[in-house]
Amino acid sequence: MTNHYCDIKNSDCILIMGSNAAEHHPIAFKWILRARELNGAKIIHVDPRYTRTSARCDYHVPLRSGTDIAFLGGMIHYIIENNKYFKDYVVNYTNAPFIVGPDFNFQDGLFSGYDPEKRKYNKDTWVLEKDDAGIPKRDMTLSDPRCVFQMLKAHYSRYTLDKVSSITGVSKENLLKVYSEYSATGVPDKAGTECYALGWTHHTVGSQNIRTMAIIQLLLGNMGIAGGGINALRGEPNVQGSTDHCILYGNLPGYLKMHVASLDTLEKYLHKYTPESKDPQSANYYSNYPKFHVSFLKSMFDDKATAENEFGYPWLPKLDDGVAYSLMHLFDKMYEGKVKGLFSVANDPAVSSPNAGKVRKALEKLDWLVGENIFNNETYEFWRGPGVDPKKIKTEVFLLPASATMEKEGSQSNSGRWVQWKYKAAEAPGDAIPVGEMTLKIMDAVKELYAKEGGVHPEPILNLKWDYTDSKGRFDALKVSKQINGYFLQDTVIEDKAKGTTTTFKKGQLVPTFGNLQADGSTSSGNWIMAGSFTADGENKMMKRGKEDPTGLGLFPNWSFAWPVNRRVIYNRASCDIYGKPYNPKRKLLEWVGDKWVGDVPDGPWPPMADKEKGKYPFIMKTDGVGALFGPGMVEGPFPEHYEPLEGPLTKNPMSSQLINPAIEIFKGELDKVANASEKYPYVCTTYSCTEHWCSGALTRWQAWLLEAMPELYIEIGDLLAKEKGIQNGQRVKVSSIRGSVECVAMVTKRFTPFQVEGKTVHQVGLPFNYGWLFPKDGGDSTNLLTPTVGDANTFCPEYKAFMVNVERA
Amino acid sequence: MKTEFVKLIDTTLCTACRGCQVACKQWNEMPGLRTKQWGSYQNPPDLQWNTWTLIRFQEYAPKEGDFKWLFRKDGCMHCTDAACVKVCPSGALYHTEYGTVGLHHEKCIGCKYCISACPFDVPRYDRATDKVYKCDLCYTRLQGDQQPACVKSCPTGALTIGPKDAMIKKAYARVKELGGDANVYGDKFVGGTHVIYVLGEKAEVYEGLPKNPSVPVTTVLWKDILKPLSLLAAGGVVAGSFLHYIIHGPKLPDEDQGQDTKGGE
Repeated sequence: MTNHYCDIKNSDCILIMGSNAAEHHPIAFKWILRARELNGAKIIHVDPRYTRTSARCDYHVPLRSGTDIAFLGGMIHYIIENNKYFKDYVVNYTNAPFIVGPDFNFQDGLFSGYDPEKRKYNKDTWVLEKDDAGIPKRDMTLSDPRCVFQMLKAHYSRYTLDKVSSITGVSKENLLKVYSEYSATGVPDKAGTECYALGWTHHTVGSQNIRTMAIIQLLLGNMGIAGGGINALRGEPNVQGSTDHCILYGNLPGYLKMHVASLDTLEKYLHKYTPESKDPQSANYYSNYPKFHVSFLKSMFDDKATAENEFGYPWLPKLDDGVAYSLMHLFDKMYEGKVKGLFSVANDPAVSSPNAGKVRKALEKLDWLVGENIFNNETYEFWRGPGVDPKKIKTEVFLLPASATMEKEGSQSNSGRWVQWKYKAAEAPGDAIPVGEMTLKIMDAVKELYAKEGGVHPEPILNLKWDYTDSKGRFDALKVSKQINGYFLQDTVIEDKAKGTTTTFKKGQLVPTFGNLQADGSTSSGNWIMAGSFTADGENKMMKRGKEDPTGLGLFPNWSFAWPVNRRVIYNRASCDIYGKPYNPKRKLLEWVGDKWVGDVPDGPWPPMADKEKGKYPFIMKTDGVGALFGPGMVEGPFPEHYEPLEGPLTKNPMSSQLINPAIEIFKGELDKVANASEKYPYVCTTYSCTEHWCSGALTRWQAWLLEAMPELYIEIGDLLAKEKGIQNGQRVKVSSIRGSVECVAMVTKRFTPFQVEGKTVHQVGLPFNYGWLFPKDGGDSTNLLTPTVGDANTFCPEYKAFMVNVERA
Repeated sequence: MKTEFVKLIDTTLCTACRGCQVACKQWNEMPGLRTKQWGSYQNPPDLQWNTWTLIRFQEYAPKEGDFKWLFRKDGCMHCTDAACVKVCPSGALYHTEYGTVGLHHEKCIGCKYCISACPFDVPRYDRATDKVYKCDLCYTRLQGDQQPACVKSCPTGALTIGPKDAMIKKAYARVKELGGDANVYGDKFVGGTHVIYVLGEKAEVYEGLPKNPSVPVTTVLWKDILKPLSLLAAGGVVAGSFLHYIIHGPKLPDEDQGQDTKGGE
């Protein structure tokens, strides 16, 4: 979230799209309802299916799965055509006035630089022009035909109401209703926010779904303000915390970049990822990248990391250039027999991974499998799953019992980036221990073996700092957290140029803010964004529970610690005009009072940008200091474009000749079958969770009260389609894709209605992904036996939300 | 009597998360039983001995206006003029000091008269224990100045509890704010219930919700006329037999409510 849960109450219009907030974030949903109570906020739900969320919204707009960019592209078109954008904001705080390089172009669904064989772009032409001083050129009138604003306008002029309606299946009337209502927030005293979740990320265009909304929010001046922003509703699995701490293969902690083979020296690596800006008004905060990265290396290797040995950079693993290592790649390689062993910690990929049939076959190729979990699950039991002969399986499987979340102390991060300390509520049963402790024990043993026997490339293992146990030899969450925060490794004098003060910190004190981190090896920090979660003297700010709310906006600055530096709304300087006066004085998030900012923790101490000498632009993490309407960081193009899902009902993309996202990786294994626009599989299918279960259901299916409430697999099917197929409510049906099939109970409903798409009627159905064969025995198997192995072009988040099936009476 | 309490169920704020349904089982230590998916989110399909509160799901497509998915938390209404208390021969059902209807399980003789009498079809019989079960609005929690488990668990404020007058006032204010067909349900019949609804639609739209609930005539006959007479008369047995006839009439409670298989949407 750019903002946080309590802040949603400050909104005037809440677009819930790509989320079923009431069902999956029931506690968060109260803040959405509070916005209605306090401000009369409109709550709009755009979703293929009418859900429990729709029931509490002002209205529901059904949309065909996988067509969000078309829907939102139409909104960009509407905003520009009808002059609904917030001009002062767009001109000053976005790259709308910047001039796009002369060789950049877009034709028939492709941007310049496409290589069809590699399915990748060369981005050399995706650049913004700079003047002789190296500063981006601007046309503040936004009239230059090559300025970002005009290019954006031209790009989305193709997303006409007729076109969008025909792609999405949304009526023109509904499109206009949402567009006009939401774009009414493009004024200084109104705020609109967007709540999304897996409904946007689970697509081959997932990242671009979100970026399209980011463009809308920038156009309407909704970023950095109270009640605005783009809010990813993340869940109990601690998704926020796990991404902050690099669950994604391409990241190091704190969203630093993973090392790759071609960057074989620290110097090359830091040069590549440390952005440079010649614009004196751009803070370009990532110019501090070396401080964050070297401090990370110091946290890994402590005094073994020295300037002479590149702080241990050569010891760490490097990814092959241009190769992805997502979960889908992992199982793809495993299926090819190239993976020998797997640690499957706190997950159940035999149920939760796309194309689960392939995943289950891949597991058979392993020599060994280690599970760490609180319950047994379908992954650890794959060797005796449906259709598997245990005698023919060579894999040795270990299951280590783990303690559950309430059986251990530690930190947990919510979607609003609040990192909250939690305490142990109960002892774990039997031999169960925290997974952190398992990791310590395993690594202790590995270190011991290396010390005794030696081995290939021993340095990273022998030099690893590894003292995270308490006096009883147990995993010490506090010690780990302090290491993540970081330490001064020698006496250090910190000079604050703005305030003209100096502070001396002693060796061994904790780093109170990432602003104090150094690139010379004198500080450590396991994750720079968490620096400041402790005070220098060791007070754990994550334990703070103050309920003061000085701004009245629900920032609660004394409740827990929010990264970065306890800032509650990021990009908050954009809530003020260029002189630092709040655009909306009724919701004063921040104000420049002549010599300092008052309100939330500002995005940097500098004066507002009207001060040409000392002032800075508000988007300090962007190299150019402004929000990116033109976003060359994305792999499939600087402007989001509609492409059909890998498997859909159409043979031709109504927008261009490019049917599917040109930049996605196509898996070509024998089990990676695809059936686009096939008569055999005529219905669009989507998968989701339900309130009563959690993820693969591997934890909740064992809970009798929850299982009683949602006992077994079902398919929601519209009453019109059911009638056509002769399916009665409660009857058993078989749902098949080209990859597999499941049997389940039909839930015939008026909540799925057919779409009119390109002149034909398209039905959509949906199933929950919470069930698996292990337990309950009669509960049905995983819906991921149906889903394809394909993911977002940037993140490889799988496309669970749009593929094609058939439904028949069982 | 202490302060009379009323629990307000605002159906227009309910997201049907069923936190209340589960919290009720947790606090009252009721087991979860194996159910079947029967084509509905509503499960168990009906109130049963181990399910004292239940979210009812109903798809409603009015002739005019938008489709709606209605959620109604069902359970004991805690009537002032409570038919169950009137007919209970053993004193198991009683009015608490909060005006709610409590249940002394040790006194329940499993006669099921309350089941027949209840205008809201709430009490449920369990053959294994030969007793009747229903919500007691978390009597022991109220005694400990705690909210009922369902109210405590509600994330959106759809469930609230407080002194009777204040809650009724709140309900009417909410209905005024909502406008349209929104209405207050519960304060105008059976002497006023201690669970009242803010309904988004007219009462008759909701399946299983009686439009004008009342204490059955037969119950009134027994409680207010025949019972006093029978106590006087030596032939009490005769009166008792007559009572059994008039109470049960043609309606017999289901003996096997543990696994109700009632169909429908």
